[in-house]
Amino acid sequence: MFELSILWPAFLNGLTTGAVYALIALGLTLIYGVLHIINFAHGAALMMALYGVYYLQKSLGLDPYVSLLVMVPAMFAAGYLAYRYVIGVASHGRDENILLVTLGVAIVLENLALFLFKSDTRTIDTAYTFTTIPIGTAMIALPKIVAFFGAAAAAAILLLIMRATDLGRAIRACARERQGARLVGIDVEHVFAMSFGIGLGCLGAAACFLLPAYYVNPGVGNGFVLIAFTIVVLGGMGSFAGALVGGLLIGVVESLGGLWLGESLGQIGIFLIFIAVLLFRPQGLFGARA
Amino acid sequence: MDGNKNRRQFLINTTALAASAALPLGVRAQTSTVKVGVIHPVTGFLAYSGNLSRLGAQMAIDDLNKAGGIKSLGGAKLEAVLGDAQSKPEVGAAEVEKMNESGVSAIVGAYASAICLATTQAAARHGIPHVVDVGVADQIVERGLKNTFRFAPGYKVCADTAMNDLVLLNNLAGKPAKTVFIVHEESLFGTGTANLLAQQLPQLGFEVKEVVKHANPTRDFNNIVLRVKAANPDIVIPANYYNEYALFVRTMKQQNVRPKAIYSVLGGAASSYKFVKEFSDAANGVIDVNHWFNPKDKRAWALKKRVDAMKDQFFTYEVYLNYSAVHLLADAIERAKSTKREDIINALASSTWDKHIMPYGPTKFVNGQNEGARPLMMQVLKNDIKVVLPNTYAESEPAFPWKG
Amino acid sequence: MFGIAVALLPAVSSSGVVLNTAIMMLYTALLGLAWNILAGFGGQFSFGHAVFFGTGAYAAAVLQAKLGWNAWATLPAALALGAAVGAFIGALSFRYGLRGSYFALVTLAFAELFRILANNVDFTGAGVGIMVKLDAGAENFQFSTKAGYLYVVLAFVLAALLVCWWLKNSRYGAWLQAVRDNEDSAKAVGVNVFRVKLGAIALSGALMAAGGVFYAQYFQYVDPGLAYGPGVSIEALLGPIIGGLGTLWGPVLGAVLLQLLGEGTRGLFENAPGLSLMVYGALLVLMVTFMPSGVLGAFRRR
Repeated sequence: MFELSILWPAFLNGLTTGAVYALIALGLTLIYGVLHIINFAHGAALMMALYGVYYLQKSLGLDPYVSLLVMVPAMFAAGYLAYRYVIGVASHGRDENILLVTLGVAIVLENLALFLFKSDTRTIDTAYTFTTIPIGTAMIALPKIVAFFGAAAAAAILLLIMRATDLGRAIRACARERQGARLVGIDVEHVFAMSFGIGLGCLGAAACFLLPAYYVNPGVGNGFVLIAFTIVVLGGMGSFAGALVGGLLIGVVESLGGLWLGESLGQIGIFLIFIAVLLFRPQGLFGARA
Repeated sequence: MDGNKNRRQFLINTTALAASAALPLGVRAQTSTVKVGVIHPVTGFLAYSGNLSRLGAQMAIDDLNKAGGIKSLGGAKLEAVLGDAQSKPEVGAAEVEKMNESGVSAIVGAYASAICLATTQAAARHGIPHVVDVGVADQIVERGLKNTFRFAPGYKVCADTAMNDLVLLNNLAGKPAKTVFIVHEESLFGTGTANLLAQQLPQLGFEVKEVVKHANPTRDFNNIVLRVKAANPDIVIPANYYNEYALFVRTMKQQNVRPKAIYSVLGGAASSYKFVKEFSDAANGVIDVNHWFNPKDKRAWALKKRVDAMKDQFFTYEVYLNYSAVHLLADAIERAKSTKREDIINALASSTWDKHIMPYGPTKFVNGQNEGARPLMMQVLKNDIKVVLPNTYAESEPAFPWKG
Repeated sequence: MFGIAVALLPAVSSSGVVLNTAIMMLYTALLGLAWNILAGFGGQFSFGHAVFFGTGAYAAAVLQAKLGWNAWATLPAALALGAAVGAFIGALSFRYGLRGSYFALVTLAFAELFRILANNVDFTGAGVGIMVKLDAGAENFQFSTKAGYLYVVLAFVLAALLVCWWLKNSRYGAWLQAVRDNEDSAKAVGVNVFRVKLGAIALSGALMAAGGVFYAQYFQYVDPGLAYGPGVSIEALLGPIIGGLGTLWGPVLGAVLLQLLGEGTRGLFENAPGLSLMVYGALLVLMVTFMPSGVLGAFRRR
């Protein structure tokens, strides 16, 4: 039905778009895997990060990729503080309340952005925004290729942190057995806050890679939340490799699904996969059986 | 301090609910001000357009008051009662109820078709005249509601005009175009427009290669552009909202897809000064059949100048359509010589107002739709937007096929 | 007595604002009561309850607009469809042992699935949506005055309350709450967990669909986003959580509070769009912080 000349670029497009999805999902999978929080504010946090990258470029002339050095730590700090002083406190540890708290935070953030930045859609213009690289018959936009490598690098860094550092070990302990971790002296609240911070730090990175190819406005986060959740589930909650592979897979499915069924109906592929994974393999591709 | 004021406001609002239970209904005769409800989605996903719409309405009210208010009512000033529909129809309807209680004589709004459907209906139950500012769905004026008046054209008229103009344009250039590719957003306006085009273009001699529907929001247009590339149409017809339009056109540029024309119908960004300013190389050459002001009217340019001088504002259709809608209403109130809702409805129904800045000629309402309303065809030329058809309003010759 | 008090409202006030607010409160309470059956009594949190709502709304709209049915006749059809969709999703999810957040996410996925389908199928009008023709008259489930709508939604709410009361006091309800409190223990004492949960989701789905029918008749326009979008799902769960999960009056109380909160904050900062919603969000967070078991929970010793 479709010749290779269309399938190949569609595949690559899916891969690169999926990489950005993966970046967003990396943070979410950590937050879900460790804290068991369904973070409704993830999209809003991404939006704030995007504004951060935007203003860094507008007022300081910082290239988005250079902004990585600023955004990742900034988002990390924001996440740590948010968990420590807002989310952790407000929810008293109850699942349904955490949901409401993150929902409330999302509403506050979105409307704060509306109030501060107005509702206009903003884009940045860099030298490489329109550059495309030919790969075979495909012409792929440069920012998207960079995003692809960025996502892989981020996943690798996160894996390293989890495997090889004390913090990583503490995080894994708290994720698996909260009470036990407390008993052996781990400051669980601190570890949770660190996890939340790392999760948001990933969003900071995602924003730096996303903005050159996209745009920002107060509502921009909403379009990514459901996809991020799907990827987290598909990859296995708490698994970084899963988030990366899941993201790429979903990107490709969305892309090819769009070709076959039309861009509107093609979105269905994502949710069919979501449901299928939940039913038949809830631990996801890389997750451990619960 | 503001905190105290707002706390008081909060309490006032909630107790007002209880208190209004005791107040009798009825519009009290206002001799010094005429209250006009202004409802738009100023928060939520439609916030951008909602805020521009509100701007247009407020500027109109200010201008009218500066010019002496409603003279037939002794110089009564217009007072705006602002409402936020929060991009949801049910909230819009709730705001109408509040406005009814606060005694508005009329309502202007609510930008989005889905919201307009709810607000006009809620207003109809209280007999409040409702001027629809934008809302292009034709269902809005097809329900037989006597209180609903739409000054601007609906999407049927826009689609018909677009098709006839396309034929004209094509003929003028010696018929170089035979195939079209339609890309539209998935909700009411995009689907409705695309359906009309897909149905009628073949009868006008064009082959519709493909009709591609996309979601709101769409994060990436590369695949759609790939399909455009593969189909190689002469003309690409987009009908979508600003963000998607901008992304789509930029992606086409990126992938080196250059049809003979990008011919938009109610194209989201095509006749937007913001788009032209931010993406001039992608924007140049784009044609749009859309709402536009009368370029031969000096007052329109004066208004544009004022808006351009404002920080971060652009002279978009949301602004001047609302500006005009309020003036239409004011003219009706002038002629009605009253603030009573039924009188204003009658005055609107019989309106022949032509002192507007739109290319509509004298107003004539048939079943709530202004028959004079029409879109114009614009093209982005040399980083500026120029009207190219019809000849009576044209500022420039169209450049078709586009060789940029 | 609650019912009588509310029913007297139109006699006391003919204010459109008051009546509309009351209607919206009852409507939101209905959604919350439906959600609460599955979540509060059954312990299964759903993030996609819109899937039932939208089914009801579309049933009402499509049957009238495309097949010419009488509006009231669409109600039983909608209830049946809502229950059927509930049974379908329940059968799949519970058969495969989905619980907790996995269940919540699968409901979300189904809601999105239905939304995309509704957007792409001519039958539902696709993106254009469906309008219920304006034809005021009690026989058409449309009323020229608000009072009519108030009575109808009140009746729906009373019915839902009755169902919840029955759940609190019946054997089936006891089974359901046993499953909620500890599924494995319940199974051990012989409760047919699967059937009990299935019943709950079907019941919940049916009531939610009733809410959808009311929406279609009151606002007379349905489109995929309005019917199956996350807005409705969120609206359904806010009330019960704020008011008190698993209680009889929690969803009603929560709905009242939320509407008051929404109305109270809406006009606050006219010239600064967004600020009022910020206050709304902040107050939401505060409410959850200081009343973690919901308002009713705060008055109850647990």
